Amino acid sequence: MSGFGVLFRRELALSWGKGGGPLLAVSFYAAMATLLPLATGPAPDKLAIVAPGSAWLALALASLLSLERLFERDYEDGALDLLSLGSTPLEAVAFAKCLAQWITTGAPLALAAPIASIALGASPSLSGLIAFTALVGGLGFSFCGGIGAALSIGSRRGGVLIAVIVLPLFAPPVIFGAGAIEAYAAGLDWKTGLLLLSAYSLAAVGLGPFAMAAACRNALS
Amino acid sequence: MFAFLYNPDRFMAFSRWGAPLFGVLAVLLGAAGLWLDFAAPPDYQQGYTIHIMFIHVPASMLSLFVYLCLGVASFLGLVFRQPLAEAAARAAAPLGAGLTFLALITGSLWGKPMWGTWWVWDARLTSELVLLLFYLGYMALQAAIDDEARAARACAILALVGVVNLPIVVFSVDWWNTLHQGSTLFAKGGPAMAPVYLPPFFLMILAYTSAFGSLWLVRIRGEVWRRRANVLAVRAAR
Amino acid sequence: MISALSITNLALSRGDRPLFAQFSLTVSAGEPVALTGANGAGKTSLLRAIAGFIRPDAGEIGFTGADGALEAEEARGRDLHLLGHLDGLKSGRSAWEELLFQVHWTGGTDASAEAACEALDLGRLRALEVRKLSAGQRRRVALARLIASPRTLWLLDEPLTPLDAAWRARFGEIMAAHVAGGGMIIAAVHDPLPIPARAVAVGA
Repeated sequence: MSGFGVLFRRELALSWGKGGGPLLAVSFYAAMATLLPLATGPAPDKLAIVAPGSAWLALALASLLSLERLFERDYEDGALDLLSLGSTPLEAVAFAKCLAQWITTGAPLALAAPIASIALGASPSLSGLIAFTALVGGLGFSFCGGIGAALSIGSRRGGVLIAVIVLPLFAPPVIFGAGAIEAYAAGLDWKTGLLLLSAYSLAAVGLGPFAMAAACRNALS
Repeated sequence: MFAFLYNPDRFMAFSRWGAPLFGVLAVLLGAAGLWLDFAAPPDYQQGYTIHIMFIHVPASMLSLFVYLCLGVASFLGLVFRQPLAEAAARAAAPLGAGLTFLALITGSLWGKPMWGTWWVWDARLTSELVLLLFYLGYMALQAAIDDEARAARACAILALVGVVNLPIVVFSVDWWNTLHQGSTLFAKGGPAMAPVYLPPFFLMILAYTSAFGSLWLVRIRGEVWRRRANVLAVRAAR
Repeated sequence: MISALSITNLALSRGDRPLFAQFSLTVSAGEPVALTGANGAGKTSLLRAIAGFIRPDAGEIGFTGADGALEAEEARGRDLHLLGHLDGLKSGRSAWEELLFQVHWTGGTDASAEAACEALDLGRLRALEVRKLSAGQRRRVALARLIASPRTLWLLDEPLTPLDAAWRARFGEIMAAHVAGGGMIIAAVHDPLPIPARAVAVGA
């Protein structure tokens, strides 16, 4: 559908924001990775234990950043009306938005995650798995986050409300992803965690757009 | 037969005698349950702290049940556009949150004599905590949207997403718990229940359910009155 | 292709406030309609209800095509333009980028976008960022999709407000051409439209 293609390219351009989109997310992530040793003390053995887990947590929080703009801006300037009146269904619109967000925010974060983990003391051998789980998990974060963003359209409470709605949805991918990494580090079965994470992200991709479209229609009424 | 479920007037007529009836039933069942509980011999392992179980476990079971009720009411309100169902969902949320909170507090109180710490991250308590976050998110969304009809529908969508997500969360927390098998003391949420404790246990569950039913009916009545008052106020202002 | 719109006994409310009831209207191809009424009478809500955003309390909105009744969702997605108070333009993007997107989104082509740009005299403005345009210029960019993407029913909510006298006349010509070609226009206005139109009052 040419409509979907046009929208997707536009969403990529908008969320890339002349480089500001990924830069913002990665900077926030770096800031969180810096604050962690400031909070816990720089002792390497203590840091190394929490490194993979905290890297994952910071990933979830950084994904929340650009959610506020995902639907709210279109709602405010009237573009959401136009997007509802195209030949492409609203579910596909939501899908395009979240996918674009994942590519411009989730993917750069997936590259930054192993670096942060190493800086926090995790073993470099984990890097590949950390990057991969961050990529797959980021997909889940984008689509679940999109649900929260769509539900809070028009509420003016913005980011904090989205975070409160969405954090219970983030719990399973955080558990699966961090669990896979820690299992790998301990030499145990890590594939289960990875599979569960992928399953969750795919479910979010498949089901999320329906909830988002329903929430958008609700906001427009 | 189920007209009282969607017709506000029939509902008000039903809940007028239904709410007090359930309330009285709750008190009677609760009293019976607690009496049987204290009449039973103290558990050889836990001593008198076993009594907290009769408060804690029904509370956590009911907190899940209330979330299911919330989901069903949300579904009916969303799909069939029933304002009464929307009011029921809205009314159930604080009750569910309160029950979850009670479960967490009593779980913590039970844990102290058993495990020596005020809080422990075992599967059930962690799941309860996430459930509390669900309720809080629901209530936050409700409060954040000014237009009532839109708020009700947005919350209904959130509730349905939550109903789908809740089993996933419980599963993931269980899985997480098996990964981090620190102490087998935490496994399976506590020791098995002796048969002598079963009757008071079931009575307490029924008491909680009845209490919830009563309070829910009262709250829905309050919602119905509030909406009627709103309509009258709007009419008077024209 | 919508050939007629029929509204029967429509009742609308905003929140708890009822707007109007028992509203009926039939519009056929080639007919312009001007909705009149006081502020808050429900003109915008009526337009949005026709576009499918607001669910009416009572009554029906039906679209008819050449072969009989049309599926409302399809009619709205393919054959309807809604131009509201807001333009839907992103301030950081260039006028041409936004115009092109809106045209493509509603079914137009690059060529028709270029033609619309010409017709609305946007050549000098196309490379500028939307935030640098005046309200009237932004309105002209938003109008481009009406010209470039052929859709039968135009729902316009006070379309002329930011435009100056010359552009109001120009837009009148555009509307006349659309109506002459079998299109339908329903416009909510406070001042008379620049083309002859049937006036319909909204609200009690």
